Amino acid sequence: MSKEHTLDDNRRQLLIATSVVGGAGVVAAAVPFVASLTPSERAKAAGAPAEADISKLGPGEMMTVEWRGQPVWILRRTEAMLATLEEIEPRLADPNSEKSIQPPYAKNRHRSIKPEYLVVVGICTHLGCSPTAKFAKGEASGISKDWLGGYLCPCHGSQFDLAARVFKGMPAPTNLTVPPHKYLTDTKILIGEDKA
Amino acid sequence: MTTKQGLLNWIDERFPLTSTIREHLTEYYAPKNFNFWYYFGSLALLVLVIQIVTGIFLVMHYKPDASLTQSGVPVAFASVEYIMREVPGGWFIRYMHSTGASAFFIVVYLHMFRGLLYGSYRTPRELVWIFGVLIFLALMAEAFMGYLLPWGQMSYWGAQVIINLFSAIPVIGPDLSTVIRGDFVVSDATLNRFFSLHVIAVPLVLLLLVAAHIIALHEVGSNNPDGIEIKKKKDANGRPLDGIPFHPYYTVKDIVGVAGFLIVFFAVLFFAPEGGGYFLEYNNFIPANPMVTPPHIAPVWYFTPFYSILRAVTYPLFGIDAKFWGVVAMGAAVIIIAFLPWLDRAPVKSIRYKGPIYKTALTIFVIAFLILGYLGVLPPTPARTLVSQICAVIYFAFFLLMPWYSKIDPCKPEPERVTWK
Repeated sequence: MSKEHTLDDNRRQLLIATSVVGGAGVVAAAVPFVASLTPSERAKAAGAPAEADISKLGPGEMMTVEWRGQPVWILRRTEAMLATLEEIEPRLADPNSEKSIQPPYAKNRHRSIKPEYLVVVGICTHLGCSPTAKFAKGEASGISKDWLGGYLCPCHGSQFDLAARVFKGMPAPTNLTVPPHKYLTDTKILIGEDKA
Repeated sequence: MTTKQGLLNWIDERFPLTSTIREHLTEYYAPKNFNFWYYFGSLALLVLVIQIVTGIFLVMHYKPDASLTQSGVPVAFASVEYIMREVPGGWFIRYMHSTGASAFFIVVYLHMFRGLLYGSYRTPRELVWIFGVLIFLALMAEAFMGYLLPWGQMSYWGAQVIINLFSAIPVIGPDLSTVIRGDFVVSDATLNRFFSLHVIAVPLVLLLLVAAHIIALHEVGSNNPDGIEIKKKKDANGRPLDGIPFHPYYTVKDIVGVAGFLIVFFAVLFFAPEGGGYFLEYNNFIPANPMVTPPHIAPVWYFTPFYSILRAVTYPLFGIDAKFWGVVAMGAAVIIIAFLPWLDRAPVKSIRYKGPIYKTALTIFVIAFLILGYLGVLPPTPARTLVSQICAVIYFAFFLLMPWYSKIDPCKPEPERVTWK
């Protein structure tokens, strides 16, 4: 190798050191940009509990409350509706809600505090569509002859029973989520908070 | 020396104007045997210009804001209605943009099919093809984000479903989908970032990719319906014997294509701007309502073949949800197109000289692709899912088996010079 081509090691090292420092600067500058993509403080704080007045809810009727930008359903089940919950269990994927998300007080057959009232986030656990209420039984439901009432997701056809438990062989992996909630009075439910 | 020549010299000493025009237009030699299929490249460029110009004017009136007006309608939705009803000429600009989106995909799908017909992806045009696939990907991202902006029911629930697909990715999925949304649900934050990406980031990427696509093309020269290299036969001046200058020959030809395209484009725009519910879905005329999903949701037509492939995957694998594998299959369906240059082992490029095996394979592939597209707009039933599974297998088989069937395919000999009537 001729003398003209020998490297100036000092300059080379200075070049490398400068590049490394510069690279570190670029990485450091990228941090706030990436961070800005995550939910803002306002979005994080938007989880305020929602209050629902269920005094006007008749038996067999359902109402929808908005909580954290999501629909929360409150279904007042009749005795007949509640009677289907045991009968349907062999057809369910997770009848005991072992894999599903709910507060401990809703990990039961009716998935609620009071058997009569089901409080559940109306968002399918598959890809986040909101299932449609199909309370009519049998042929009238448009689903199947042995349909006992429940919910049908319009997007990919997942079916849920009247306790929002998913049927076997559906795209949705788990039952619908029960949010933390508590009864303020007999006719008022607070959704999003369950501590006294 | 005239003043004009003097000015040109002054510029050429400072900027390569004349040489650039020569290299890319007046002395860019394109094969003389281009046919109908060669319109769609220049038409894609035209639609890109239409989308950018109409987009610039739409942004002057559109507001990416999910909060509600006094009458309870989201501001973004109301601003689109405002453009349609109260901005002078607004309806025309908006319909050009929405019809342009579908036209873009029609033109690009035909442009890609041309590549399949004549082997335009083969050596030395691999990079032209890869840049093209990247343009297709960027176009899909651009269309998906643009579809959220009117903030209608389909905008909202379409975005909800597609973003939730990312949450199926193991470990990072849930956080990734939160970062895409900028919130725990599709919200104002999502709308704003999609607006930013739709009007700035992705168009910039698209323009750079289009430039790279054309620069790479002009480096290697255009393919032609015979799939033979015109550069192999040159005259004494080094010009391809079967080449003609792009300008004026193909600029004039492409203007005819532009005229024909615009007749169809404006016929749709004036008489069927909603495209029968396929270009603008009916449910998107209802403001976004996070509380209620429309009874039937489907993506816009140009996504449906890939959406069908996504839905066709219904089995969990390796302990991971089926929906994750659906996402993988959908992504692979697009990415695999980029590998065509290395999958095709036929001795000839063009379908004119390929044998019956490739012709059959391509026909079945196109039919399967169309069936997938058709099934993608329909709600799933067990029978339809089975059909889409079969078509998805055909889709992938066309690519993955190509190294074998293209090799044994009895091809005809290529001509020495391009054939031309």
